[in-house]
This record gives sequence, structure tokens and C-alpha cells, in this order.
Amino acid sequence: MDKKALQEKAALIRQHIIREVYHGGSGHPGGSLSATDIMTVLYFNEMNIDGHNPLDPNRDKFVLSKGHASPALYACLAEAGFFPKEDLVTFRKLDSCLQGHPSMLKLCGVEMSTGSLGQGFSAAVGMALANRLDGKTSRVYAMLGDGELQEGIVWEASMAASHYGLDNLCVIVDHNGLQIDGWNCDVMRVMPIADKFRAFGWNVLELDGHDIDAILSCLAEARQHKGTPTVLVAETHKGKGVSFMEDQAGWHGKAPNREQAEQAMAELGGVL
Amino acid sequence: MADKIATRQSYGRALVELGALRQDIVVLDADLSGSTMTKEFAKVYPERFFNAGIAEANMYGMAAGLAISGKTVFASTFAIFAAGRAFEIIRNSIGYTGANVKICATHAGLTVGEDGASHQAIEDLALMRTIPGMTVLNPADDVSARKLLKAAADMQGPVYVRLGRAAVPVIYEEETDVQIGKALTLRQGKDYTIIATGILVSQAADAAEQLAGEGIDVRVIDMHTLKPMDEEAVIKAAQETKGIVTVEEHSVIGGLGAAVAQICCAKAPAKVSFVGIQDTFGESGKPDELLEKYGLTAAHIADAVRAMK
Repeated sequence: MDKKALQEKAALIRQHIIREVYHGGSGHPGGSLSATDIMTVLYFNEMNIDGHNPLDPNRDKFVLSKGHASPALYACLAEAGFFPKEDLVTFRKLDSCLQGHPSMLKLCGVEMSTGSLGQGFSAAVGMALANRLDGKTSRVYAMLGDGELQEGIVWEASMAASHYGLDNLCVIVDHNGLQIDGWNCDVMRVMPIADKFRAFGWNVLELDGHDIDAILSCLAEARQHKGTPTVLVAETHKGKGVSFMEDQAGWHGKAPNREQAEQAMAELGGVL
Repeated sequence: MADKIATRQSYGRALVELGALRQDIVVLDADLSGSTMTKEFAKVYPERFFNAGIAEANMYGMAAGLAISGKTVFASTFAIFAAGRAFEIIRNSIGYTGANVKICATHAGLTVGEDGASHQAIEDLALMRTIPGMTVLNPADDVSARKLLKAAADMQGPVYVRLGRAAVPVIYEEETDVQIGKALTLRQGKDYTIIATGILVSQAADAAEQLAGEGIDVRVIDMHTLKPMDEEAVIKAAQETKGIVTVEEHSVIGGLGAAVAQICCAKAPAKVSFVGIQDTFGESGKPDELLEKYGLTAAHIADAVRAMK
């Protein structure tokens, strides 16, 4: 997919996110919108995946370690053909495959059940180890939030991935600066993120997480890099694309009302 | 006198045997491979052994990722760090996903000994029992440990296996049929029943021997599978004998005794009393000294049976 097509796809994903959270009546729009551009490039350009052959043993895998951004994941999976787009409105409803946080046993295409922060990263390290044991060239991607970096398990996993030289693993940190209680730097300082990963022996790439060209080139660079895992530290904006949600901690885990959802959709070029 | 072998030794041996049979078996440890005996596997199959370092949470997370990728993963550390420290990782990344991880936790219970209360897991069975879909095993001796570990490898899904540090008597013949979910009856009896689990099964058998000399005919059941529990064996004991004494090297809260009482209350009301750790922490000491001080010897079990009269 070229840059323009990816930008259009990202706009569609953002519309789905607003629809899901509006119809679900709850959910996490802020961190879904900040992760959208990166996830769009992963699902529609970078990864070897096929919604019609979801269990291909040689597929690449994506683990949404920041599981609360499930609306973005479901939107990508629906757009990629893993399940019907009409089902997106069942998000967070009883008997839905679209659980509040992703469940791999409920929805095919979800590679790891996540929601408890940090654990998806560890699982991704295990998946990358398994690929290497099996002699597979397929890759594992994991997306983490920046607040998530406060979890100790993140640094355990980071140490292990580096120790085992897992160059088939690429982590993306969605660094939007905000978490539930406010700015990272006020709640618990996680910066400097890039230096921390460098100290742990990772190949570190820093980028604007909303710049499609930068995402494309960093992912390509990560693929070429050998010997150590790569982390993309992506500067992003929480709520990106919806003016009244941007950089607002209050939109971490809140659904818009009808009026707000309609405004958001208008800004994103869609209708509710 | 019977041979004595620690069930962690049985684990080391079973792993090496399994490793030869199955290429999909991968073993993880958290810097305790010399104590958990996973080093036996690591020596023979270094390419399938991963040391996670002193990082149990990540170890169980990695185990989940490996298992979800098709591996059968045995991941070991001391019980306190597995069921305790890594509980929520086991719950969410292994239990909730149904991952094929065998959590083989050694150094369980008071018989860790001199390391003291910080290292004596007395709540691991309770914690693991609460996780939906988790099979919970607590073998009594070398033979049953090896057989249950192989059965665990052959079944799909998460299994918690409680293993001990201290050498304990071998009580079964090599030919004994040991199946997950099916209690073993060491001794038939019509007066009372002792239902024991783990390394105290041999103490329970000794207690029954003592009581036989007094004319008290005691049934002894080895409940090696805490979950799914052999309800039929419990119900029969409740209906055919005059009372049940449960015996475990574990807190009386949430373990074997609680599970047996739950079955009895719902399906076969019976008098039940509980030999176990009475809501207290342990301390440093020799294993035998600790069993004596905390009321977990054959003599204590026999007293509990006599008190049922």
C-alpha cells in the first residue's frame, strides 16, 4: 500500500474506533487514536498476514501489549478481513467476540490476550524465541504504551529479548505522554525512553508516530537490523485526529456522547 | 526402609525422558535450575532450555508466548515465586489463554526448611485452584511424580505441579497406574478416611498403620490431583466411613481440606477435620522439626483421627 492509501486506511480505522467506543458506551479512544497510524502501517504494509488464512504458520504476529487500545486492533482486523466490519458495533457487549481487552480465544486474529500491562511484551519475547527455535523467518511485533513502561515486567522482558538477541522482535512504544492520571512526567517519569532501551542493548529508532513515511522507513530499518531487537520510540498524540480529544488524559478511557461522536466523525471525514 | 527421593529429583529425570521423546518440549527456569533440577534437561538439550534470570513474571510471560507458538513449556522456580510472585501473569497470560504451560514449582511447603517463611509457599495450591481451567497436581512420591509429569505433558493446557525439596519415601511400585483426576487408595478402611496430598501421604499411611494397632480401620487416599478433584472418592469416603481427616503441607485455607469440605457440604455431608498449616507463617528449621512443630506428622494425623470419635 502506498502512503496515500495508508493515510486513507488510517482515517477509516479512526472512524471505526469512534464508532466502536460510541456504540460500546465505554472503551479507550485516546490511546487507540495515538496508535492508529503505526498499526495501520503494520497491518496493511509491513506484516505478512492474511485475514482469510489467519492461522498461517509462517505469518508475522502482532501483540497489542497495551490491550486497552483494543478498538484500534479490532478496526485493523476487520479492515484486514479477519471478521465482518458490521460486528465492530458489538464492542464490549455481552457475547461479543470484541472483549473490552483483546482475548485470543474469542477472536481469531488476536495473537495474545492482553490487558494487564507488560504481559504482552513478555509473550512476544516467547513468540520470537519460538520462531527462532523453529527456524522461521517470520517476525513478532509488540506495541506498548509509555505508561506501560512503568511496569517492572517490561524491563524483565526487555533484558531477556536483548540477552537472547531477538532481532526478529520489534517493539513500538506509543509515546503519547499521557496516562490515566495525567502526564507521565507527573505520575511516574518514564523518560528518557530511548536511553533506557539503549542501555538494555536494543537498537533504538526514534520517530514521529503519525508520519507514515517515518513509520515505513523505521520498520524497514528494523527488519534489516541483525543481532539485537529493535524498538521504535514513536512520539504521538493521544486522541490524534479528533480535536477535542488530542492530548487530553480525560479521553484515555471514556466514550463520547452522541454529539461528541458525531463531531469526531465529521472531523475524521465519516458519519456515525 | 523404603528409598527416599525428592520429587524435584523425579522432575529432573522425567524432563530428560520427555525431552528425548518430544521435540516440542522447552524448559524455562529463573536462575534456580540447580535446585529445581531443570539443569538435568539443560545439560542434554541446551538449545531447548532458556534461563530467564531472576525474573519470574517475565519467565511465565515468555512461557505463554512459547506455548501459544506450539511448544509444550515446562517453566520452573520455587513455588513461592511461581504461584505467589507470578500469580497474575499465570492467571492472565497462561490461564486465560489456556496456554500449554506446565508450571512445575519446587520447594513447596514448610519442608523447604532452613530458608524460612519467605521461601515456604503454603498458599500455592489455593491460588492455583482458583484459576479456571488450571489442573493442579501434588504428587506424593517419585513414581507418582514422574507419571503425573508425563501425563501433564500429554494433556493440552495449563498445569500446576507442586514438587518438594526434601527426600520422601517411595511409596508406589513402578507399575502403579497413576492418572490425573483419579485418586489412589493406599489402604482400604471402614472406620475413617484420611485424604492426604503431596509429601504427607506417607505420613498418612504411617498414621493408619498406628491406628490399625488400636483397632481403628482407616482408609488412606492419595489425592494427588487437587483439580479436577476425584469427587467420587470423596463422596464414597463421606458415605462409607464415619469421618474424613484431610492432610496437607499447606494452609488449611483454600487447599485440599477446603476442597474436600466443599464437596462434602454440597454432595455428601460428613464430619471433616483438617491437618494442615493453621493460618500462620513457617520459620527456619530442619524439615522434620518443622513438620513436628506445625503438627504435620503421622502422630498428629493419628490424633486427628482419634479425635473424630
